[in-house]
Amino acid sequence: MSRYFLDARRLAKRFPQPGGEPLTVFENVSFGLDQGEFVCIIGHSGCGKSTILNALAGLDSFSEGTLEMAGKEVAGPSLERGVVFQNYSLLPWLNALENVEFGVRARFPQWSREQQRAHSRQYLEMVGLGGSELRKPAQLSGGMRQRVSIARAFATQPQLLLLDEPFGALDALTRGVIQDELIKIWSATRQTVFMITHDVDEAILLADRILLMTNGPQARIAESVKIDIPRPRQRDQVIHHPAYYRIRNHLVDFLVTRSAQLQGQVDTDGSGFPPEINPALDEPKAARVVPLTPVKELHHG
Amino acid sequence: MTAAISMRAAILSVLLLVISLGLWEVLCREPAGVVPAADDEYALLMGAADQEARVPPPSVVFVHAFNELSQPFYDKGPNDKGIGIQLGHSLYRVLTGYLLAALVAIPIGFVIGMSPLMYRALNPFIQILRPISPLAWMPLALFVIQDSETSAIFVIFICSVWPMLLNTAFGVAGVRRDWINVARTHELSPLRTAFSVILPAAMPTILTGMRISVGIAWLVIVAAEMLVGGTGIGYYVWNEWNNLDLASVIFSILLIGVVGMLLDLMLGGVARLVSYQE
Repeated sequence: MSRYFLDARRLAKRFPQPGGEPLTVFENVSFGLDQGEFVCIIGHSGCGKSTILNALAGLDSFSEGTLEMAGKEVAGPSLERGVVFQNYSLLPWLNALENVEFGVRARFPQWSREQQRAHSRQYLEMVGLGGSELRKPAQLSGGMRQRVSIARAFATQPQLLLLDEPFGALDALTRGVIQDELIKIWSATRQTVFMITHDVDEAILLADRILLMTNGPQARIAESVKIDIPRPRQRDQVIHHPAYYRIRNHLVDFLVTRSAQLQGQVDTDGSGFPPEINPALDEPKAARVVPLTPVKELHHG
Repeated sequence: MTAAISMRAAILSVLLLVISLGLWEVLCREPAGVVPAADDEYALLMGAADQEARVPPPSVVFVHAFNELSQPFYDKGPNDKGIGIQLGHSLYRVLTGYLLAALVAIPIGFVIGMSPLMYRALNPFIQILRPISPLAWMPLALFVIQDSETSAIFVIFICSVWPMLLNTAFGVAGVRRDWINVARTHELSPLRTAFSVILPAAMPTILTGMRISVGIAWLVIVAAEMLVGGTGIGYYVWNEWNNLDLASVIFSILLIGVVGMLLDLMLGGVARLVSYQE
């Protein structure tokens, strides 16, 4: 049985409830990430996306299932899995450069101070904050703070980057600018990225694949949607690609109607791996038909 | 605008000072027309002099203060030492007791803040010990320690320990979960997490506790020195009361206020250094 670089199988999260059945947030969630892949996960609030991401980070535990990265079980947080939190989580008593250095120092303790500083400075410049090194987070705008946070995560060069709705708290203009920064830094480093987002256009712009989750409780991953648009992608060009609106319609349709319809439905094959869909190839109508039996060979080679 | 306000505030302060000093001066001036008897000393002994002891007016206090401050470190035996020597003794006791308290309170507060178990286990003791007046410990301290100097330091210790302990625990327990998660995702050891994340995050709260403590310690030292005697600004106040030298009493009261303010300003400066804006 072949394994993905990041391999999640039949994950479930249940909370015990006083005097009743435990509450199942999600169950039978399986997915895999290949090295260098950029995968987004979309779903309504309460479907357990953040719990999944926290479990990948090692900050949270799940009730059932196995989770492996590079063949090793994920048990607790690790420098191999960097996290960018929605609320930036910068340390307010350190300036921008020191915040990046905080990560670099933890990751490369054997380096000299100058080496750590130079490395941190390089990543701050990559996100366009070369001139704001000495400012404290309170003196930075929300967008700039999130850039520092992204620089800190990329500078530690983890095997997997986890982004928890990194642009959720930003206005649309700032978001666009930072998405560009993210594309730039990701193109340069080709990290494996797992990202939560609520923004369909953002997901199409950034991702190789998008995982769609049904509503919670008892949420699961219903589809894995391939984004068949060549890279490098640019915000103003990608919308003119013929596949763009077919993908977008498919995603919006899922979020508006099918995510609720499919809630609590268990797939027949039981592996939990979602069927792979490519709206760019299929007829628009055909793409909306969800094959309830996933094509097992696709995943198990 | 702010400059204008601070300017007006300063003028108002000076005005209030002048008015209150003026009132004090007028109300406490020696009544005119009392002709001193021919032989002052004799009159005094016979009770023929002014029968009323009165609070000295500010002019007298200022002259006295000038004299005292111009030679702060003279030493003419146990009953007559310069004000600098007395303050030095008090500051020595306060700082020793206070620093010892910080050494004990901050680590224990850290543990209590980190561990809900320790918090629950120690909380009943803290709640009972905290409201005890520090002077209530004095007899026990004198008996056990058998040294008045060390007993005074112990009393300072016991009164400064609680605000620092509780504030440290409060600050440490309140460190934002996100920052702890940053430490966890960077695989920091518990010790490095404590020093590079929790301590700087809790530092402003800890400093608040330290400021409250030094204020209380300075309040308590005066009372403690009135009890143990010998040296110190508290002893000085009481001694001058026994001498019925009210100018000295008023002078030392003001000095206690000034020193207390300076101690608070110093810690306020440190607090500004470690404060951060979220």
